[in-house]
Amino acid sequence: MLTCKDFLHELSDYLDESLDTDIRAKLESHISECPNCWVIADTTRRTIQIYKGMDPYPVPPDVESRLMQALERKMAAKQKE
Amino acid sequence: MRDNPMTAPSLAEAEETTLVAQSREGDGRAFGELVRRYEGKIFRLAQHVTQNREDAEDVLQETFLKAYEHLDQFQGAAKFYTWIVRIAVNQALMKLRRRRTDRTVSLDEAIDTGEDTIVREVAAWDENPEQKFSRVELGRILDTAIQGLEPSYRSVFVLRDIGDLSTEEAANALGLSIPAVKSRLLRARLQLREKLTRHFKRKGDDAFAYM
Repeated sequence: MLTCKDFLHELSDYLDESLDTDIRAKLESHISECPNCWVIADTTRRTIQIYKGMDPYPVPPDVESRLMQALERKMAAKQKE
Repeated sequence: MRDNPMTAPSLAEAEETTLVAQSREGDGRAFGELVRRYEGKIFRLAQHVTQNREDAEDVLQETFLKAYEHLDQFQGAAKFYTWIVRIAVNQALMKLRRRRTDRTVSLDEAIDTGEDTIVREVAAWDENPEQKFSRVELGRILDTAIQGLEPSYRSVFVLRDIGDLSTEEAANALGLSIPAVKSRLLRARLQLREKLTRHFKRKGDDAFAYM
């Protein structure tokens, strides 16, 4: 029988769907009977989803223009080589 | 094999391969397009790892300058994005190490391997808790939660779950073993879950001690 600790140990691989079928089945049977582990798995999955859905940070125009100028200088120097 | 639609690169990938090839030939506009495609993601990643606006701006610039300089070393086997993420992470970690040399822990310091993983709060979340907040508020909640992580956990989480690197790629970029990446990722995810639970838990669903 899997304990909650065993479940927790495998949680990341379980959420990443990178486990073999037999261990996955054991974990699924555990959460079907353990409300605490079910909640942890559900809220951890949603935590990952929320972070994955975050917008990229907009790059402020002055930062982008400094970056482009530095690149132009680099490109000009490379062409001279 | 090239004619097989199952193995043909997607349009976006094909375009990217062309942009990289054009950049290698010295086409500045093509490289500019690659920069615009990924600068926001690299900037976010740099800010999360360094936790410092000025450092993140430096990292952004250094990443694309280095990428341009070493474009001939890009093999094309990996995605261009994965390649620049690795450059960005190395730049960001260097900043972090430089800032922390005389205090706190090194990122490479051995960390326990998951024996004492603790979950203190268990509470179910609302159906769509993030919709209770504006995008700005939600962004602040997510950023603050990440800031509260130890740097060694934070870097792993940022690379795996925000930067979309595989476990192997993250291990490579950070110079860590795969078990170390897995153990830190688990802790980071659990700690963030706990921090977000304070904002997102269902009303009346009290957290309680566990394990």
